[in-house]
Amino acid sequence: MAVKFRAGQQLVSAVDSTAVIVIRAPAQEGTLTCGGVAMAVPDQAVTPAAPDPSQLDGTQIGKRYVDEADTIQVLCTKAGRGTLALDGKPLQIQAAKPLPASD
Amino acid sequence: MRLTLLLDMAADGFGDRVLAGRRSGGITAAELARRSHSGAALVRQRAADALVYLDVNGPAFPVALFAAARAGVPLVPLNYRLGRLQLDELLARHPKALGIAGPGALAHFERAGLTAITSDDWLEQTRADRGEISDPDQRSDAGRAAAPDDENPVAVVIYTSGTTSAPKGVLLRHENLVSYVLGSVEFASADETEAALVSVPPYHIAAVANVITNLYAGRRTLVLEAFTPGEWLRTVREEAVSSAMVVPTMLARIIDSEEDRSVPTLRSLSYGGAPMPAALIERALGEWTEVGFVNAYGLTETSSTVALLGPEDHRAALASSDPAIRARLSSVGRPLPGIELEIRGPGGEPLGPGQSGRICVRGGQVSAEYAGLGRAVDDQGFFDTRDDGFLDQEGYLFISGRTDDTIIRGAENIAPAEIEDVLLRHPAVLDAVVFGVPDQEWGQRIEAAVVPRPETNLDPADLREFTLQALRSSKTPDRFWLLRELPRTETGKLLRRMVPALIATDHSATDHSATDHSATPSARPAPSPRACGTTAAKARKPA
Repeated sequence: MAVKFRAGQQLVSAVDSTAVIVIRAPAQEGTLTCGGVAMAVPDQAVTPAAPDPSQLDGTQIGKRYVDEADTIQVLCTKAGRGTLALDGKPLQIQAAKPLPASD
Repeated sequence: MRLTLLLDMAADGFGDRVLAGRRSGGITAAELARRSHSGAALVRQRAADALVYLDVNGPAFPVALFAAARAGVPLVPLNYRLGRLQLDELLARHPKALGIAGPGALAHFERAGLTAITSDDWLEQTRADRGEISDPDQRSDAGRAAAPDDENPVAVVIYTSGTTSAPKGVLLRHENLVSYVLGSVEFASADETEAALVSVPPYHIAAVANVITNLYAGRRTLVLEAFTPGEWLRTVREEAVSSAMVVPTMLARIIDSEEDRSVPTLRSLSYGGAPMPAALIERALGEWTEVGFVNAYGLTETSSTVALLGPEDHRAALASSDPAIRARLSSVGRPLPGIELEIRGPGGEPLGPGQSGRICVRGGQVSAEYAGLGRAVDDQGFFDTRDDGFLDQEGYLFISGRTDDTIIRGAENIAPAEIEDVLLRHPAVLDAVVFGVPDQEWGQRIEAAVVPRPETNLDPADLREFTLQALRSSKTPDRFWLLRELPRTETGKLLRRMVPALIATDHSATDHSATDHSATPSARPAPSPRACGTTAAKARKPA
C-alpha cells in the first residue's frame, strides 16, 4: 500500500528488527519495504512476515539510505537483516561526508 | 524526532562504550539511556514542567539533559555565577520546575519555592530502575493529531547574557538539535580511543551541542570544571584527549602558559564563541603542527555551529602567499551542508561576494525562537544574526562584528574587530577593545582600551604609530586607555558596552590621547593576567 511519507516519520520492519526514520520525504506516495515486505508506521499492528530470501543484504544502524533518484533519504535507527527498497528498487547507503568536530 | 532517539541509537549501537567521564567508572551509552528513563520518572513524579540545572558541568549534566528529553520537559541550565537577584528573576520564570543544584545552590531554589536535589543525589537517584518511559515518537498519527502541542517540544532553554536588557530565553526544540546532529555528525564515527575535553559551562550552547554530537559520534567526553591552562594541558596528556573545544581567551592563556605545552594525543582543536585574534591562531598553528584546528561560527539561536573553517583550510591559509587565501585564517569557513546563508543589504536584498552586510541563515537547526516572543524569522524563514560580514569568491564567510558594535565616524562604518586585530599584533598588548564615543565633530570618535602584557613597557605613542602603519588614520583610535583587565563574560565574549563606564569609574585607567603624551605607562604596576572563568567586570586597582 503506497503511503505519503513525512520527514521525521518512523517506520518499522515486519520481517526483522530494522527501524528507520524518514529524513527527506519524496513528493510522491510510495511503498517502503524491508526484506520485500512493506514497513509499518509505529502503533500499527505489525504482522510478522517472512522476508523475500533475495532481499537480505541487511541494514546498518546510523547509516543513511537513499534511492537512485535521490527522492527519499532514511536513517536506520535499528539494524536488521532485510534490504530496504522503495517501490521495489533497493536503497543504497549514502557515502558519509564527514565534517570535523566543532563542539 | 527527539533527542532520545539519538541516545537510544547510541545505546543500541555501542551500549558498552563509556561516553561521559573517566575511562574506568564513566557512564556508558546504555547506562545513560537507563538513567534517562529513571530521571524522567523523577521529573514526572514531581509533576515538574522543566528541569533547572544550576551547577558546574559534570556527569549529572548529560543525565539531566536526556532525562528532561525523555520526560518531554525542557532542560534549563542557569549560570551559577549570576547574582542573587538575577537568579531569583530567572527561577521565577519556571515556577513548576524541579531543580538540580550544585554545592550551595539549594538555597536559591528554596528561596524560589522550588523543589530541588543536589547533583550528587541526582546521580545517586537516577541509578535506580523506575521503569521505562515510552517514546513519544512511537505515537500513532491519531495520537499526534490529538496532542499536536507535544509534537515538537522544547528541549533546552538557554538564557542570553542580557548585558543591556533583561535576559531572553532562547528555545531550542528537539527538531532543531536533532537536525544539527544529523546534519553534522556521522553515527559511531569516533574511534573507541577518542576523548573530547569540554571546558565550557553547561549554560552555554557549546556545552549542550558537545553532549549530543559526541554521544552520536560515540566519543567519550571529559569535563574540566574550572579552567586553568595547567589543568587543561595536564588533562589532555593524562587522559589522552583527542579533541577539545576552547574559547579564544582560553587558547591565549594556554599558549602563554609556562608549563609543558606538549599535547601528543590532540588531533582536533575547535574554537569559537568570540573572535579569534589572527596573531594568536598563527602562534597556535606554529606551536602545535600536528593538531587540526577548526574555527566554528554559530549562535545559541542556531543550535551551535552554522559555518566552519576546517584543518586543511587552516594549513592552506598559513602556507599560502596568495593574500586572498592567507586571509581565510581570519574567516569562519563555509556554511554547514544543512544551512542556507545569505548576506543582506540594508533593504534586505541579497548581496554578492565581497559585499558586506547582515548575515542571515535558514535551516532545520535554526530555532530563532524566544520565550514569550515567538520566532524571529522573515517570510522566507531566514534568521537575522545581527552579525555583519561578507563571503569571499569561494564562499568563505568573514565576520566583521556585531551590527550593534559598528562605529560610525563621519559617514564611515568602522568595525572595531579590524582595529582590535591590529592592536593585538603588537608584542606588548595582551588584550584590546575598540569602541565608539559620542563626538561633536564626527558623530562618533574611536577610542581603544588596551591591557599591557606583563613585564612589558607599552608606549602608547609607539602603539599609535604601529596602528597607523596598518590602518588608515581615520581608523586609528583618537585615544588609548591602559587598563588592567577588560570586561569579558566567562566564555570570553567582550562586554564592549561596559568599557566606557569602566574607564569612567576606574581611577587607575590612564589616558593617552593624541595630543597628550605626558602620562607614563611605566609608572603603573604590571597588570595581573586576566582571570578566565570569572566575570571580569571590574578593573582591578593598582595594589
